[in-house]
Formats: sequence, structure tokens, C-alpha cells
Amino acid sequence: MSAPGADHVLPLREGAVSGPPRGASIIAQIKKANIEYVLSVPDQHTSVGLLYPIAADRDLRLIRVCKEDECFGIAAGLTYGNIRSLILVQYTGFLYAANAIRGVPCEQKLPQSKKFGLRIIEPILDAMGIQHTSIETEDDVPKISGLIDAAWRESRPQAIILGGRPEAK
Amino acid sequence: MINRREALQFLSRRVTDQIVVATYSSATDWLDIIDRPLNYFSSGAMGLASSHGLGLALARPERRVIVLDGDGSLLMNLGTLVTIAQVAPRNLTHLVFQNGTYEANGGHPIPNQGVDFEAHARAAGMRDTFTVSTLKDFEARSETILAADHLVFGCIKIEQGPLGPRSYKEMYRHERRMALREALAH
Repeated sequence: MSAPGADHVLPLREGAVSGPPRGASIIAQIKKANIEYVLSVPDQHTSVGLLYPIAADRDLRLIRVCKEDECFGIAAGLTYGNIRSLILVQYTGFLYAANAIRGVPCEQKLPQSKKFGLRIIEPILDAMGIQHTSIETEDDVPKISGLIDAAWRESRPQAIILGGRPEAK
Repeated sequence: MINRREALQFLSRRVTDQIVVATYSSATDWLDIIDRPLNYFSSGAMGLASSHGLGLALARPERRVIVLDGDGSLLMNLGTLVTIAQVAPRNLTHLVFQNGTYEANGGHPIPNQGVDFEAHARAAGMRDTFTVSTLKDFEARSETILAADHLVFGCIKIEQGPLGPRSYKEMYRHERRMALREALAH
């Protein structure tokens, strides 16, 4: 049985055999979902494969914040102005920012999309009622734009857990 | 020292199409003085008003965004000064009302009541900063606050306001945020 907050439309494929997710594929999905801003505190898991390529991408605007909870305020302001953003933080940053996540996207039912590393946070996401989907391999990456679009359509937060370390290609 | 309500009443008579982001005691006073769709009351974690304001400023560069922050709130998110200075949106005014207390939480003193917020803002990289402690000086800054073409930070030294219990239920109504979204859609 799936966890209460798990995405039922796009379930995690079992027995995946493809390689780790590619940073370029993830970025293509982010753009397909009309994300304009990426809000982030760097982490080792996504640094080379995803964050540096995002920083170098001319179509995406990266805002480097000092602490993770800032992301959720900035994303809220962007959302009320009808601009899509993606929050890219480590799971420790999620834990740090839990009060901001509760107070802003959960309470205000905002379509904030966030990517986290490591799956330790899944029970917490369930407790907060935040839908989440794991991206483990390259085969999972095409789910991303649909997840972001669904979050906007239904005006709710969506967590995307990067289980596999993105490759820099 | 300035009476916050008098400063906000002055500002309310001059505000036009600016988005006003207010938090806690400033928000209570502002809503009581002027109820309008372009008000945004940031619910959630204390300290994030300026982060909400930054997002709105980036999303709507044609409008000025004025953040009415508190000193206790800003202390919970001092890094925001660095983030905002890095992005430097031309249409954002960040005002912090400094009374040295957590007014909305019983009037307890903030750590180091004499903290120099303008110095923090300048050290973070903000260029147009000011501190005022009289209503006359605040009024003299109104053109900058409302219509500058660059990032502005101002520290407003105020008296402590009333400590009574506050209800945020009306302020945080979902319909208010939807009204803002609707107003920004046109």
C-alpha cells in the first residue's frame, strides 16, 4: 500500500534498471513545467549534476538564499504574482524549514514544488499532507513536469525526492 | 520616537498601486487603517515577510512592494538582508519598525535592543538605507519609500504599541490572498 501522501497518478516504478537521473533531463523537465526561478541552498547531492547546470542555464533564474525557510516565502510571493518557482534543498534544509513549510505552502495551499535529497523525510511529508514522488533513475525523470503542473492545477505543494544523485550530463 | 500608527496613517494617505506586505503588529495597524486588495499579510513562520516581499517584487516588477517588518521578526531571518541585497530588485522597499520588543508576544525585549539594523543592511550590501526616529523625518522619506527606482531599506524607530491579544483570523483569510492574486492578474 502506498503512503498516504504518495502520488497515485505517477507511482514509482519498481525494479528500475536505467541509470541515475541526468541533470540535463531534470532541467528540461523543469523548463517544460514553465519554472522561471529556482530557489536553493546548495548541497553535495545535487551540486555538480544539477545546481551548477541550473546556475549556468540562461533560461532559469537561480536565487541563492542564506537559509532554506527563505525559499518558501519567496516562492509564495512569486506564486501570488503567478510566477512558477522550484525549491531545491537538501533534506536537512527541509527539516530546518518545517515551520515555514507548514505555515506557507501547507496553510495557504500554494503550488510550491520542491526537490529534496534522501528519503528519510517521507514520513514527515505524509504527516504534513504533502504529496511526494521519488526520482530514482533516468526513467523517472519524465514525471517531473507533470507533477509540477498538477501541483499548480490543484493549488497544493508537491515534493519531489531525488533519491538518485543526478549525473552532470 | 515615532508612533507606528501615525507613520502608517501617513503612508496610507499616499499609497496608490504599491503592494504592501505587513506582519504582526504592523499588519494589525495597517489593516485597521487601510483595507485594500493590494495588502498581503504573510502567515506562517515569523520573519519571512521580507522573503514574501522579495518574491512579489520579482513577480511584479512594474509595481513597488513595501514590506512593513518588525525588529523581532527580522532578527529571525537576518540572512534575508543578504539575499535581498544580492538580488537587489529595483521595486522593493524594506522597512523595519524597531521598538526593541516582541510586541505581539507580550512585549518581551528582543536580544540587544540597540541593534543597528541600518548597519546590518549596509553590511549586507544595500546602498540606499536610512534610519529615522521622528515623524517629520519619516514623512520626508515618503517619496523614496513609495516611488524609488531602486532597493530601499529603512529603519523606523518607534514607541512600543499596545500589547493586547491579537487575532489574526480576519487578516489571514484565504479570500484576502485571492483578492491580491486577482488584483495582480490585471
